[in-house]
Amino acid sequence: MAKQIANADRRSAWARWSGILFVAPYLCLFVLMLLVPLVMGMRLSLARGDLFGIREFVGLENYVRLFQDPVFLRTVWNTLYFVLLTVPSLTIAGLLLALALNRETRWAAIMRGIFFASFVLSVTVVTLIWRLLLIPNGGLAAVVANSIGAEPISFLGDQDWAMPSIAITTIWWGIGLPMVLFLAALQQVPRDIYEAAALDNASRMRMLFSITLPAIRRTIALVLVIEIILQFQLFGQPQLMTGGGPNNSTRPIVLFIYETGWSQWQLGYASAAAQVLFALIALVAMVQYRISSKKERG
Amino acid sequence: MSGVEMARVSKRFGDVLVIDDVSLEVQLGEFIVFLGPSGCGKSTLLRMIAGLETVDDGTIYIGEQRVDTMPPGERDVAMVFQHYALYPHMTIRENLAFGLTNRRVPADEIAKRIEAAASSLEIEEFLERRPGQLSGGQRQRAAIARAIVKQPSLFLFDEPLSNLDAALRARTRIELAQLHQQLGTTMVFVTHDQVEAMTLADRIVVLNNHRIEQIGTPMEIYRRPATKFVAGFVGTPKINVIEFDAVENGAMTTAALPDGTSLETAIPWNDSFAKVGTTLGLRPEAIRVVSPDEANALGRAKVVERLGERTLVYAELADGTMLTTEDRGDSEVRPSDQIGLFVDCSNAVIFTQDGRAHHCAQVSN
Repeated sequence: MAKQIANADRRSAWARWSGILFVAPYLCLFVLMLLVPLVMGMRLSLARGDLFGIREFVGLENYVRLFQDPVFLRTVWNTLYFVLLTVPSLTIAGLLLALALNRETRWAAIMRGIFFASFVLSVTVVTLIWRLLLIPNGGLAAVVANSIGAEPISFLGDQDWAMPSIAITTIWWGIGLPMVLFLAALQQVPRDIYEAAALDNASRMRMLFSITLPAIRRTIALVLVIEIILQFQLFGQPQLMTGGGPNNSTRPIVLFIYETGWSQWQLGYASAAAQVLFALIALVAMVQYRISSKKERG
Repeated sequence: MSGVEMARVSKRFGDVLVIDDVSLEVQLGEFIVFLGPSGCGKSTLLRMIAGLETVDDGTIYIGEQRVDTMPPGERDVAMVFQHYALYPHMTIRENLAFGLTNRRVPADEIAKRIEAAASSLEIEEFLERRPGQLSGGQRQRAAIARAIVKQPSLFLFDEPLSNLDAALRARTRIELAQLHQQLGTTMVFVTHDQVEAMTLADRIVVLNNHRIEQIGTPMEIYRRPATKFVAGFVGTPKINVIEFDAVENGAMTTAALPDGTSLETAIPWNDSFAKVGTTLGLRPEAIRVVSPDEANALGRAKVVERLGERTLVYAELADGTMLTTEDRGDSEVRPSDQIGLFVDCSNAVIFTQDGRAHHCAQVSN
């Protein structure tokens, strides 16, 4: 009897350890590549440092400086503005595309491929394409403007137009991901529910709002969180299209971090900015998650 | 006026013909069951009536109204699905009300109908719950209630009992029969379960291979199957199908079994009986275990299954032909016993090679 219990104990102990063994490779990578840098970054943000390491600890001085730095505050605003421009549009446009292309025709399959294709392009290619479209002398937008007799707008050179232009570029680039996620969700909705709704005399609008949207609400929440996290990290597009200009109007937080850290070697200051970005993303994602999970319960 | 009338209806999925020139008239208030093996087209036929599948050829009328060109919502039918198809994010009450609000039925009328349906199906206490919080049986009752509140002119059931356990299936079957008596509405019910078909139907439509094999009352289907397929598909245990030699005996036919037993039947002689592949069909209850002096055939018991009120004896004739036979009362037959068999040929059927069935001349009474 006692032996049996000992055996059982040994077995469960082994089960525990073998479980840990299975997650160990990922756990090692997670600790090494994410957790350690995160903690190091937090430490660095409390110090004055350069390429050779931490010079001296300065407490919260970096943070105080950040919130008095008009350039940094401008980048926070720019980033929020960009997120506001892109996330709702990406979600709604992705959903509309998915609804339109969720059918079993060859044509729909081809269109799904085309809309997803832009997502696999690198940021360099995407920004190059859109710069060619948007430049005022000879770009497509300029040609169109000329043909209707309007003055071509310098989209990337105008303070009011530059950020929306970057947003449109980003939406074109990133539309594939929400579309594919929505398509997957739509295909999970059982067909017989739609059939029941058809027999219940439901109009197409009623089906969309009473059947489809409630059925994919988890995916809507997922897409919002993913896109918020993704778009807060805006970097490549303004770096390549506008360099943050004109007059800092397109400079996002990540570009600020990059330039402070790697052009000016103020690693502590850059780290502090990175922590602010981290907190911002975490905060917004958490609020979003709260709202959507509350809706689900209610 | 008829309940449903289908005239020369056909349907293809790509190159595959799934409904092949089907014509059928359902009487007003009738309970019709489509019975057939999976893939025979019975569900497709039902879905064509509902409007969930298009009709490639032919016409469908519900009452006086031609419906095959109308969208499902306008056909005034209600359907109960195999997997319930309740709206998962709505409460049962909202599920029931959904179709009615779409039709702009006044709110107090909706409330009244829901109360009535919920109380007759005993789901009042679940009205505020979501489908996910209910058991399979409760969900199916909610789905049936959703059909009832619409007060349609035609009910369609697509294998509604197949997801329920045996006890619940029997109970729901009885409730459906009661529901039909109460409402008197035309009902079309699809199943592959012959017990459901036999117990529920006014008439059964047996489908096989995308066509109608036979239309008839349950007892007609059982006693006078039109084809070998129908005879084999309906009836548990299965009908005995025996190879034999047909011998002309005046106007009638005598069956000479391979073991030498000779059975006189009242089936009128037909020259096609002389061809190869002709078989004799005998229901198990037509072959009874008796004492050898009353017997018209002899056999040996191989397997004995006691079912309570009757006992099935799987017997082997001298030449090795296997027969399913029945013994009434407390059977004393044990495996490998020599037994006497009395074959009652009054309901025997002869199947010719083309699968058609030949019966005794119909007794008029």
